[in-house]
Amino acid sequence: MPSAVNELSAVAALPVEVAGLLKRFGNLTALDGVSLRLEPGQCLGLLGPNGAGKSTLIRAIVGRVLPDSGQVRIFGAEAGTAAARQSLGWIPQELAIYPRLTCRENLVSFGKYQGLSSARLAEQVAWCLKWAALEDRAGDPAGKLSGGMKRRLNMAAGIIHKPRLVLMDEPTVGVDPQSRNRIFEMIEHLRSEGMSILYTTHYMEEAERLCDRIAIIDHGRIIAEGSNEELVRSAFGTRSEVTARFTGTQDAIAAWVEQRGGRLSEGTAQFTVTRPAEIAPLLDEASTRGIGIEDVSLRRPNLESVFLHLTGRELRD
Amino acid sequence: MIFAIVRTAFTGLRRDRASLALSFVLPIAFFSIFAVIFGGQHDTIPQVKLIVVDQDHSPASRNLLRGLHAEGSLLVITRPDSKEKAAPDFTAATAEAAVKAGTVPVALIIPAGWGQHPIAFNGSDDKASEIQLLNDQSDAIAPQVVSGLLQKAAMTAMPASMAGEGEKYMSSYIGGLTPEQKKLWDANLARLNDSEKRRDEQPATAAKSTSSGFGDGGIIPVHTRGVVGEHQNKNMISFYAAAIGVMFLLFTASGSAGSLLDEQDSGTLDRVLSSHVTMTTLLAGKLTFNTMLAFAQLTVMFLWGWAVFHLDFFTHIPGFFVMGLCTAFAVAAFGMLLASMCHSRAQLGAVSTLLILMMSALGGSMFPRFLMPESVQKAGLFTINAWAIDGFTKVFWRDQPLSELWPQVAVLLGIGVVLFVTARRVARRWEFS
Repeated sequence: MPSAVNELSAVAALPVEVAGLLKRFGNLTALDGVSLRLEPGQCLGLLGPNGAGKSTLIRAIVGRVLPDSGQVRIFGAEAGTAAARQSLGWIPQELAIYPRLTCRENLVSFGKYQGLSSARLAEQVAWCLKWAALEDRAGDPAGKLSGGMKRRLNMAAGIIHKPRLVLMDEPTVGVDPQSRNRIFEMIEHLRSEGMSILYTTHYMEEAERLCDRIAIIDHGRIIAEGSNEELVRSAFGTRSEVTARFTGTQDAIAAWVEQRGGRLSEGTAQFTVTRPAEIAPLLDEASTRGIGIEDVSLRRPNLESVFLHLTGRELRD
Repeated sequence: MIFAIVRTAFTGLRRDRASLALSFVLPIAFFSIFAVIFGGQHDTIPQVKLIVVDQDHSPASRNLLRGLHAEGSLLVITRPDSKEKAAPDFTAATAEAAVKAGTVPVALIIPAGWGQHPIAFNGSDDKASEIQLLNDQSDAIAPQVVSGLLQKAAMTAMPASMAGEGEKYMSSYIGGLTPEQKKLWDANLARLNDSEKRRDEQPATAAKSTSSGFGDGGIIPVHTRGVVGEHQNKNMISFYAAAIGVMFLLFTASGSAGSLLDEQDSGTLDRVLSSHVTMTTLLAGKLTFNTMLAFAQLTVMFLWGWAVFHLDFFTHIPGFFVMGLCTAFAVAAFGMLLASMCHSRAQLGAVSTLLILMMSALGGSMFPRFLMPESVQKAGLFTINAWAIDGFTKVFWRDQPLSELWPQVAVLLGIGVVLFVTARRVARRWEFS
């Protein structure tokens, strides 16, 4: 991809620059020409259904997947090089910690793997334990921590060397709301220190809360990118979303919803309207067709609406 | 309900290749190995390699040597390398050295003057003219086989000498024969002498016979002397410490190397490889740890042997260090290769159990190799067990100097290097996808 490479070289060193990334596993095209940029200090959310290519993209940025073509640069350094590894911290979705080692021993081990000197290591271990609220459990084996604590330790291990860029792969999977909030605070703390973050999640409210920009990936391609507002505007314009539940013959309801350009899911119909005044004629038409109305609500589309609008509702796995 | 449980269990087993292999392949493999070791001998005793030193050079000693040559169960050698015609015959000293070095398990020294009085019914008064049987006590069977066949060879290969000596004993015990009996006796003795002479002119191999054994305490006086393993019980401890130790070292090493698979499952491997640690560094680190672990295991085992079974450990420290480290390195590399080739802990468990038990059976960890058929002994040389046990035997049993350990050291280090390099190549699949 010479054009993509030239394009990259013309840009000042950004935390992440991905250009024309292509990766195939046998007949499966996991990444199909992905291009992406992360600005300094920004938090970029990466959303996509299961199997869309998120993990492959993250692993390519880390340097663990060799692309068939295209390029990944981390602060100007090619992915996988020592310079790129030094700048990058990776928090994988799995609990990639040593369960028999204590929290402190885990952090010391990963710090040494990152080449930290003894003095800096001690400083960083203390900082990470405090950041992850694990100071009181520093001497406990990681395997005996609660799920939320393990998640926080997993995050701390990923940033022990204080990288300028952090890749977070669904860091809140399987934790309770309290732990999730604590993790949000930790992430916001990193942002306040100027770290750039690439954040993948299935939780739309997390992306809405934490991310400056969001990229939606599906079938190995970035199909939309922008801020939350930009994505909603791009997908729905100024239209609002009407959600209604009807009573009557299901076949008749389904046929009518489809005719009106709406979507029916689990007994709830969704339509988009430009103005609230369009709602009354819609409901009148339902009545004339013998369809009863149970309840109706009007709301502005959100990120989840955009996501489902762009990626569809079909199950992926 | 019971049928449903059986069907569920059966389906699970059918899809668990590791369990299937352990359930069916391992027993068959073991059965085959032991069938080859014990069943492939066709009900014959494996040949015992025997050095014979004839210092007597009398007709009786030549006949005895000829009789021993004719025994199918013995492989009699009289000079170091039979292919080199110029090589001098074994002497008593070189024969003893060969037994000590483990070249042969038994040596017979026929002393000068033995032919004067080859038999003695009540033991010999002249100990200097007794046949010396030098043996390595690690092999408890070979000296008994040689001893029995020696008596048989004497009876069948030198009948004239036997009869002549018998007549002397008879004269001494019953006061001699009548002239008529003496005449008949001399005529028959002359026939026996003629017969011996005629057989001397025939090739020795023409009269190969199968062994029937004669048992201990025969009429040929033999003085048996263990030249290796004088303290048999203590030294057998070292043999078993090495034999059992290496087998369990292999299990420990493969289990420990399996941490790579755990780390792969947990994602830790990915995280480590995304840091400044390269795959070569990671594998080298694991190899170093597993080598240290294996060496520590061996040390504990030998120290236990010293404390509980009075193994002579502290006088063999240098040899133990050399053999222990080389063995630990080879088994650690073996574990690394297995772990890098397997895709799951379950697979590693099955493959390692299968391979290690087979290697241990062939390599002498379960059954001494010197009691196996020649072909199986050669097959055993493809195992770490055999080289490690041979090395430890040289140190603890034969008291050989460090310089004599070079073949074992070279092979074990070579095995370790080759296995580790192969493991590194196989581990490329973890590096990138």
